[in-house]
Amino acid sequence: MEGLTLSDAEQKYYSDLFSYCDIESTKKVVINGRVLELFRAAQLHNDVVLQIMELCGAKRLGYFGRSQFYIALKLVAVAQSGFPLRVESINTVKDLPLPRFVASKNEQESRHAASYSSDSENQGSYSGVIPPPPGRGQVKKGSLSHDTVQPRTSADPQEPVSPVVSPQQSPPTSPHTWRKHNRHPSGGNSERPLAGPGPFWSPFGEAQSGSSAGDAVWSGHSPPPPQENWVSFADTPPTSTLLTMHPASVQDQTTVRTVASATTANEIRRQSSSYDDPWKITDEQRQYYVNQFKTIQPDLNGFIPGSAAKEFFTKSKLPILELSHIWELSDFDKDGALTLDEFCAAFHLVVARKNGYDLPEKLPESLMPKLIDLEDSADVGDQQSEVGYSGSPAEAPPSKSPSMPSLNQTWPELNQSSEQWETFSERSSSSQTLTQFDSNIAPADPDTAIVHPVPIRMTPSKIHMQEMELKRTGSDHTNPTSPLLVKPSDLSEENKINSSVKFASGNTVADGYSSSDSFTSDPEQIGSNVTRQRSHSGTSPDNTAPPPPPPRPQPSHSRSSSLDMNRTFAVTTGQQQAGVVAHPPAVPPRPQPSQAPGPIVHRPVDADGLITHTSTSPQQIPEQPNFADFSQFEVFAASNVNEEQDDDAEKHPEVLPVEKTSDPASSLRVAKTDSKIEEKTAASAPANVSKGTTPLAPPPKPVRRRLKSEDELRPEVDEHTQKTGVLAAVLASQPSIPRSVGKDKKAIQASIRRNKETNTVLARLNSELQQQLKDVLEERISLEVQLEQLRPFSHL
Amino acid sequence: MAVCIAVIAKENYPLYIRSTPTENELKFHYMVHTSLDVVDEKISAMGKALVDQRELYLGLLYPTEDYKVYGYVTNSKVKFVMVVDSSNTALRDNEIRSMFRKLHNSYTDVMCNPFYNPGDRIQSRAFDNMVMSMMIQVC
Repeated sequence: MEGLTLSDAEQKYYSDLFSYCDIESTKKVVINGRVLELFRAAQLHNDVVLQIMELCGAKRLGYFGRSQFYIALKLVAVAQSGFPLRVESINTVKDLPLPRFVASKNEQESRHAASYSSDSENQGSYSGVIPPPPGRGQVKKGSLSHDTVQPRTSADPQEPVSPVVSPQQSPPTSPHTWRKHNRHPSGGNSERPLAGPGPFWSPFGEAQSGSSAGDAVWSGHSPPPPQENWVSFADTPPTSTLLTMHPASVQDQTTVRTVASATTANEIRRQSSSYDDPWKITDEQRQYYVNQFKTIQPDLNGFIPGSAAKEFFTKSKLPILELSHIWELSDFDKDGALTLDEFCAAFHLVVARKNGYDLPEKLPESLMPKLIDLEDSADVGDQQSEVGYSGSPAEAPPSKSPSMPSLNQTWPELNQSSEQWETFSERSSSSQTLTQFDSNIAPADPDTAIVHPVPIRMTPSKIHMQEMELKRTGSDHTNPTSPLLVKPSDLSEENKINSSVKFASGNTVADGYSSSDSFTSDPEQIGSNVTRQRSHSGTSPDNTAPPPPPPRPQPSHSRSSSLDMNRTFAVTTGQQQAGVVAHPPAVPPRPQPSQAPGPIVHRPVDADGLITHTSTSPQQIPEQPNFADFSQFEVFAASNVNEEQDDDAEKHPEVLPVEKTSDPASSLRVAKTDSKIEEKTAASAPANVSKGTTPLAPPPKPVRRRLKSEDELRPEVDEHTQKTGVLAAVLASQPSIPRSVGKDKKAIQASIRRNKETNTVLARLNSELQQQLKDVLEERISLEVQLEQLRPFSHL
Repeated sequence: MAVCIAVIAKENYPLYIRSTPTENELKFHYMVHTSLDVVDEKISAMGKALVDQRELYLGLLYPTEDYKVYGYVTNSKVKFVMVVDSSNTALRDNEIRSMFRKLHNSYTDVMCNPFYNPGDRIQSRAFDNMVMSMMIQVC
C-alpha cells in the first residue's frame, strides 16, 4: 500500500471508525462484523466493496489493519464520489468528501455533532465535540454531554448535517446501537477514564488495564483517547466539514450551533489537536514524564545523556530495535542526548508501544520537542496549541495547521543554528568589554568592507605605546578616520600582536586598557574580537612598509629629546661640524642584542636622549670592552656638551636617513634606532664609567624605547644610559682621539653599524610581519570554522 | 542512482548492505567484497603520508563493464562502498561525494543512538530511508 495522505478531518473520522470497528481493540479489524456492516452502510455495490477490500489489502492480510482500514475508507469515499477505484486514487483524488456510510453513522454522527456542538460550553473551545486535549477526562465530559444532548438530537442538530443526513432520516437499528455506544462511553467517560460502561468501553477498559501494567498514569489515558476520539470524531468530522460547508444552514440552528459555526476554525483545530489520539500527551502524562526526567536529570533544562536514557528505557523491556527506533524518532536534534521534550516524546512513544500502538515512521507533531530556545515553554498548553496531527501510519501532513509542523520542523534547525549564533553573540558581546578598539583604523584594505577596529591592548609592557596612543586618543575619538591611523597602525600592530595572541588564547581580557574603545565600525559582533584584531592585521599587511607615522614626534623627539636638533645644527659650526663629521664615521656599529656594544668608539651621545637606561647600562658595560676612553668622556663631559649635541645632531641626520630608508614606517623603531645610535655613541665612551649617570634627556622617549620589549634595543638602550653622563666625554674624545687614527676604520665601522641597524630594523619588520601573518591565519581558521558550522545544514 | 550501497565495518564485515532488488544481489555482494581489497590498498597508500590529511572520499575504486564502484572511508575505518550503474554517465564525481557525505551523516546519526552498539547491523529506519532514497532516484 502506498502511503496514504489523509486530511485532518479524514484522519479523525477514520480513526473514529476504526475504533468503532475495533471492538476487541486488537488494532486489527476482522473483515466480518462491523467492517462489513460499515461498508454496507456505505451504500456501495457489493462488488465495489469487495474490490475495495481487495485493493486495500485486507484480503491479503485477512484482516483490516489500521492502514488497510483507512485505505478502505478512502476508497469508499472515492467510490462514493464516483471515481474509479484504483490504488492511486486514494492519494490523487483531492478534496474527497468523507465517505458516507448511509443511514448509519452519518446520521448518528451528525446528531452527535449537533449534540456536541450544542455542548460547546462543555468543551470549551471545541465545537463541543472534543474536550481540550489536556484532559482526556474532559473528553469524557464532552461525550457525557451526549447523553444530555441526546434528547435534543431530534431537533435542530439535524439540520446542519442535513445535507448528509437528509437521505437517511430514519435511524436504522444498527446506528442506534452504535449511537448508544456513543452515548455510553460518554456517560462512562464522565465518571472516568475507563469505567467504560458500554460494550465498547469494557473491552477497551480491559485492554487498558491489561496494558497499563507498567504505567499507571498512562494506561488510564492511552486507550481512552482513541475511544473518545471516535466518539467525538465520528461527529466532528462531518460536523466540521458540514459546518464549514454550510455555514448558512448552520446559522439557523441553535445558538450553540451558531457558536459552533463561528468557531469552526478553532473547533477544527481543537478537534484535530485532540484527534491526536495516542500521540497527544495529557497533562498527567506530561507531569509523570517530567517527574521521571527529574529522577535522571534534576535540571529541567538540561540533557539526559544517551547512556542514561538507554538504561532508563531498557527497563521498559521493549526490544532494543524498537527502543532504537524510538530514540531515532525522539532525538530531534540528533545530539545523543534528550532534552525534556525529547524525553517526554520518547517516553510517550515507549508507553504507546507498550500499549500496543505501532510506532510511527515520523515523529508526530505533538511530540516534536519544543524549541526551547525559541519558545521557552514546555507545557502541555503548547502542545495543545499545536495542531497535533499524526499517529496514523499514513504520513498525512496536517492540513489544518500546516504552518505549525513546518515551523516545528524548521525551528529545530533554526534553533540549532540560532544557538550557535547566540553563543557567538554572547561571546562577542562579552568580548566587547574586554578589548578596546581603535576605531580610527581606516580600512587599509578596501576589500574588507568591514572596518575592523583595531584592538588596542595595553599590556604593562606597552605603556609606551599607551603614551603614543594617548596622544592619539583625542583624535581617535573624534576622528574615526584620522590620518593618525597610520601611526596607530604601527603601534596597534604591536598591540595586536599581543592582543591577538592573547585573544587566540581564549578571548582573554586585555591586560591594560586602550585609549579608544569604539566598535562602531565593526558590524559583526560574532567572533568579532578575533576578526577585528585579525582584520586589523589584515589591514596592516598593506602596510608592509608601515607608513611613516605622520607627525610622529618621536623620530625627532627621540633625537630631539636628547638634543635640540635645531640648536645643534644651529650651533654646528666649522669646528664642530668637522668634529661632527668625523664623529658619524666613528659611530661604532650598532651592537646587536647579543653582541657587545661593539666598537662603538665614541658617539656623541645625547645625554638628553639617553635616559633611564641606567638599569641596563651595567649590562652594557661589560659588553663594551672596546669602549675606551670613558675616562676621557668624563673629562670632556662637561665641556663637550655642545659638542655632543652637535655630534648627535650630525649623528642623527646620518642615522635618521639610514633608518628611514630602511624602515620609514616604524617610527618607533626609528626612534629606537636613534636611541640605539645614541646609545652606542654614549656607550662607547662611558662603557665603564658612570653608567648610572642620570639621563639628561627627557624621560619619555627613552622610557618608551625601554619599554619596548625588544632585546636588541636593550643593549643599545643600555649603552645609551651609560652614555648619558659621558656624552661630553665621548664627544670630546671622538673628535680628538680616533679621528686621526681610523677614519677609514670609522667609516667602515660606521657603515657596519648602519648595516647592522638596518638589519635589526628589517629583522624587526620581519617579525612583525610574521605576527601579522599569524593573525591572518588565525582569522582564516576562525572563518573556516564558521563555514564548517554552516555547512552541515546544507548537506542534510 | 546507486545500485548497491554497503557499509563495511572496520573489521571488514558488512554492517549494512542494500541493493536494488532488480538485480542479482549476490553479484553486488561479491563486488563489494572484492572492492574491499582496493579500499585497503588505497588506505594504506594514503596513510603513509599523514593520516590527518587523508581524504575520506576514495573515489572510483574500479570500473567494470556495467558498474563503477566508489569508495569512502571514515576516520574510524568504516567504509562505505557504492556501486553505480555505468550507464549513468551523468553522475558526476561531486554527486558521488555528496551522496557519500549524506551517507556519512546518516551513519553518524545512527551512531548517536545509544541503543546502537557499534558493530551491530544497522537497522535504523531513518538510515534505511535515506539509502533507499539514494537508490530509488534512478527508478
